[in-house]
Amino acid sequence: MASSIPVSVPADAVALAAAEPHPRGRAMPWTARVGVAFVLLLAVAGAAAPWLAPYDPTRQALRGRLGRPTLAAADGKSHLLGTDHLGRDVLSRVIYGARVSLVVGLSAVVVGGLLGSALGIGAGFRPGWIDSTIMTVADAQLAFPFILLAIGIIAVLGPSFPTLIVVIGLSGWVSYARILRSQVLVLRSREFVESIHALGGSVARVVLRHIVPNVLSTIVVIATLELARAIVLEATLSFLGLGIQPPTPSWGGMVFEGREYLDSAWWISTSPGVVLMLTSIVVSRTGDWLRDVLDPTLRGE
Amino acid sequence: MRGLLGFFGTRLVRAVVAVWLVSTVVFVVMRLSGDPVPLLLPPDAPHSEILRVRKDLGLDRPIGVQYAVFLGNTLRGDFGRSIHFREPAVTVVRGYLPASLELGLTAFALAVVAAVPIGLLSAVRRNTALDHAAMGFALIGQSAPTFFIGILFILIVSLGLGLLPTGGRGDWRHLVLPALTLGAFAMASIARLTRSAVLEVLRADYIRTARAKGLAERLVVAKHTLKNAALPIVTITGLQFGTLLGGAVVTETVFAWPGIGRLAVQSIYNRDYPVVQCTVFLSALMFIAINLAIDVVYGFLDPRIRPR
Repeated sequence: MASSIPVSVPADAVALAAAEPHPRGRAMPWTARVGVAFVLLLAVAGAAAPWLAPYDPTRQALRGRLGRPTLAAADGKSHLLGTDHLGRDVLSRVIYGARVSLVVGLSAVVVGGLLGSALGIGAGFRPGWIDSTIMTVADAQLAFPFILLAIGIIAVLGPSFPTLIVVIGLSGWVSYARILRSQVLVLRSREFVESIHALGGSVARVVLRHIVPNVLSTIVVIATLELARAIVLEATLSFLGLGIQPPTPSWGGMVFEGREYLDSAWWISTSPGVVLMLTSIVVSRTGDWLRDVLDPTLRGE
Repeated sequence: MRGLLGFFGTRLVRAVVAVWLVSTVVFVVMRLSGDPVPLLLPPDAPHSEILRVRKDLGLDRPIGVQYAVFLGNTLRGDFGRSIHFREPAVTVVRGYLPASLELGLTAFALAVVAAVPIGLLSAVRRNTALDHAAMGFALIGQSAPTFFIGILFILIVSLGLGLLPTGGRGDWRHLVLPALTLGAFAMASIARLTRSAVLEVLRADYIRTARAKGLAERLVVAKHTLKNAALPIVTITGLQFGTLLGGAVVTETVFAWPGIGRLAVQSIYNRDYPVVQCTVFLSALMFIAINLAIDVVYGFLDPRIRPR
């Protein structure tokens, strides 16, 4: 709601608030630790996929199709998560799939974060037509089932890594813009900003040296929550056949491929799906925790 | 009263601008997506035939003229003829709309009916096993991808237990799984927000007063808490209704449900511009109308926000 008046959170105030006795305390709860560990594990798995994955994720073995998860299959090879309809090792594909999810997710968050932060700070700093234009576009985008727009754009441009990253990035800029705008609106009227103006500090100096550091923790919180959303959106688009194209393994695409074999080979869809679900839960939980520690005023946004 | 009218006026203007922007974006994206004519004709169609069809569809005119015509027609509710179905796009979409409304309203009703009591109970029995279990499920419902929730339901309920059909539209048994899938995110969000809104109110001084004067706990919750926690719950409930429209695209695809979400996806593959424009425009219109309605309800419920 545009009518709510958010409280500004300059960096010093955050430090003060954190110093006060807080029911949760500053220590990382075990859920957040597990979360960070899980994300690190995924990142390592993705980066070291060629060494970690037991098999080539695209190598087909038609004689070993739809093999059950087993430690010792008939052909003397072990497939911990079974094989798919083309005899490819599901575990290897899940490990390689982490690459796609993390690369697309992180890049999309960078695109959306830079765009949204720039527009949000601009809107908060320059009231008038710039502000109202940006906010009207933001409202219109929120008024739109974005998945339809994403499908439309990708259908036009053809699915590729850059297209996916830009489309998913564009889907997320609004949250940064709206929240940062309201924080900057408050910040720019505070004494320290006005005194820099009075001393002749340029706009660029005020924004880069004084506004950005004050909203950085907010950006980090939104970016973490956005990462979970970006990963799920990539998987959803790949599931609909508009994301990463076969044979490159992606979690969403694997769930789609396994859909026809749900009654005979449930592991094809379930393995990547469960990893995807865990990733999403863990990343957004970490985001919730970061928000509580860094910027409690964001709760409920 | 003036303040109230001004408040609604601003909201209405914003809503109209949003509808215009949405339709413009739809126009631009669909026109960028390539020429539909080759899809309509046999591959060996003569060039003159291609030109004739393009002229029939108005695709030979300058893009500015096409846009003006498009805006005028949109205002009249005319989205042109479907290229694939060969009848007016509005007629096509109208045929698919009942299935989507049936699914959407069921999902929404399920979500609200389940979520508000769960959230309330979680707040009142804070930090009990029940609270932790409910909020754990809510977290999963909020984070898990809709398509995978659907796949899990099919796997466990339809194929594993053999209780319900895996897809298609028919009697009530076909409706259960898609509605649960589509409603999962809304249910989780509403339950979590209800819990935090109720907790917020339970901390208020007037609740302490009500308890201090010896009011039974049931009455404290029923009379003083729910009414005051209603505002944020109304807001998120309305917003969630809007997100159902987007979720419908995925849910209808997973369960082969013949609604406008699946129609939109298929029409994009068919490059059937008029149908895509019509579905997207209708969805956006519904979403914006719902948001406007929430703002109006909110304005009546909470006098503090009117002056803006």
